[in-house]
Amino acid sequence: MNLRRASLIVVPYLWLMALFLVPFLIVFRIALSDTALAIPPYTPTLELSEGWAGLRDMLSQLDFENFSFLASDDLYWKSYLSSVQIALISTFFCLLIGFPLAYGMSNAPEEWQPTLMLLVILPFWTSFLIRVYSLIGLLSQEGMINQFLGWIGVISEPLEILNTNIAVYIGITYTYLPFMILPIYATLIKLDRSLLEAAEDLGCSRTQAFWMITIPLSKAGIIAGCFLVFIPALGEFVIPSLLGGSQTLMIGKVLFEEFFSNRDWPVASAVAVILLLILIIPIVLYQRNEQRQMEANQ
Amino acid sequence: MRRLTWFNATSLTLGFAFLYIPMLIVIIYSFNESRLVTVWGGFSTKWYGELFRNEAFLDAAWVTFKVALASSIIATILGTMGAYVLVRGGRFFGRTLFSGMIYAPLVMPEVITGLSLLLLFIAIGLDRGLFTIILAHATFSMCYVSVVVSSRLVSFDKSVEEAALDLGCTPFDAFRSVTLPIIAPAVISGWLLALTLSLDDLVIASFVAGPSATTLPIKVFSSIRLGVSPEINALSTILIGLVTIGTVTASLATKRAVVRRRRAEQMAEKTA
Repeated sequence: MNLRRASLIVVPYLWLMALFLVPFLIVFRIALSDTALAIPPYTPTLELSEGWAGLRDMLSQLDFENFSFLASDDLYWKSYLSSVQIALISTFFCLLIGFPLAYGMSNAPEEWQPTLMLLVILPFWTSFLIRVYSLIGLLSQEGMINQFLGWIGVISEPLEILNTNIAVYIGITYTYLPFMILPIYATLIKLDRSLLEAAEDLGCSRTQAFWMITIPLSKAGIIAGCFLVFIPALGEFVIPSLLGGSQTLMIGKVLFEEFFSNRDWPVASAVAVILLLILIIPIVLYQRNEQRQMEANQ
Repeated sequence: MRRLTWFNATSLTLGFAFLYIPMLIVIIYSFNESRLVTVWGGFSTKWYGELFRNEAFLDAAWVTFKVALASSIIATILGTMGAYVLVRGGRFFGRTLFSGMIYAPLVMPEVITGLSLLLLFIAIGLDRGLFTIILAHATFSMCYVSVVVSSRLVSFDKSVEEAALDLGCTPFDAFRSVTLPIIAPAVISGWLLALTLSLDDLVIASFVAGPSATTLPIKVFSSIRLGVSPEINALSTILIGLVTIGTVTASLATKRAVVRRRRAEQMAEKTA
């Protein structure tokens, strides 16, 4: 029994240690190294043959130089700021579209619910890349939106949407919308509707009842939805590189280019470490929100 | 007191239009005769023919399929074990670290996961290719499987398991004949999730795939960078079609299971 229990624990434990924790420690260690024209392209490397002396030697050469480089170069802190800004704006648009949609779903007749749910889940399972791709044809200079606006005579020159930050906002809003809708819908559908009736009996208008009851009671869902959009949007790579322009700065894209185009592994690793540090705050807040909700349900 | 107001109806219509119109346009234009993607040149299925003659796409699709199948099976086994350890494992040394490692990959940006795994594979001198993509996908998918399965494990009645043990089952038998059938729906949805995550992944695969193994998303990404093409429209339509069939079937199946269970419960009440 004990041997079985031990092996049950040990197998997934070791797997995650080897393929999640150790890789992350390697990133951290390379972030402290210097760039070099070698294979692998960083220094110092650990010489196993030199034993403890080699290890001590390597550790003494590690420093925070890459981090001070990141702080001194405009490009990096501008990309961090602009990632946060883009993620915030897109989260706001997701909420703006997602909340009314989730609210409409929860007010729809009972027999529609499974179908409406299916309509939200379907894009969720559909390939992310394909969904981003579907926007390219829509937003480009000769795309549907420009054709349509030109046809009804609103614009004479085609608007430039693709390859701008606006396209990135649209892209993130479009692809992450289900993540906003699902948690909000989950709280709205559980909402005790007799409270709304009571409020109306007591003389509240429907709008007042909405602001005083529906919104506060769906707060947990709104917060969860916002984090579920904001956290992955911050490190997004695909959307800025396909929909954004050359002036679109997002840290995921910078990291990718630093690694593949510049082959600067230590700087790419340092960028990754900082990105994680930035993410810790929203992740902790999200976890706290989830925990509070779980306690409320018990 | 459900009332569908005009405001609700409008936001439903506009919201779903926003979600579906881009995909519908891709589907419609995949049947376009013209090579120009913005001009309608009549109905044709020729791009599907082109797609199926395109060796590079077919090879990439085959690689993707192999990776997804292998990684999702590994992820399901490890993820179910992980969930069991989390929920039923009791106290053991490093439990907090373990649950941290299960939850952290869910919120880890893909660029970081990809970068860190690539650096690991280089450090240990593992050649990049099919095998490394499978390892990478299995690792992040197992965490999703764990979360799905553990939520099911938490909610079911533990006393059924204990009863099996009291009646002389070995722990393994109890798991196989009592626990596994109860958590099976969660294990299957975890597996489907792992399969989809692997089929879908571009960023992590771009890091850990060597030149010898190109997955479909990597291939699609490099051709999308050059702009819209009718072949990609055709490919998207096929993928959207497959997902639609899969999702609708799954939801019908769950609906039937619910109806059947309700009927069984009613029968049980009548006989009691």
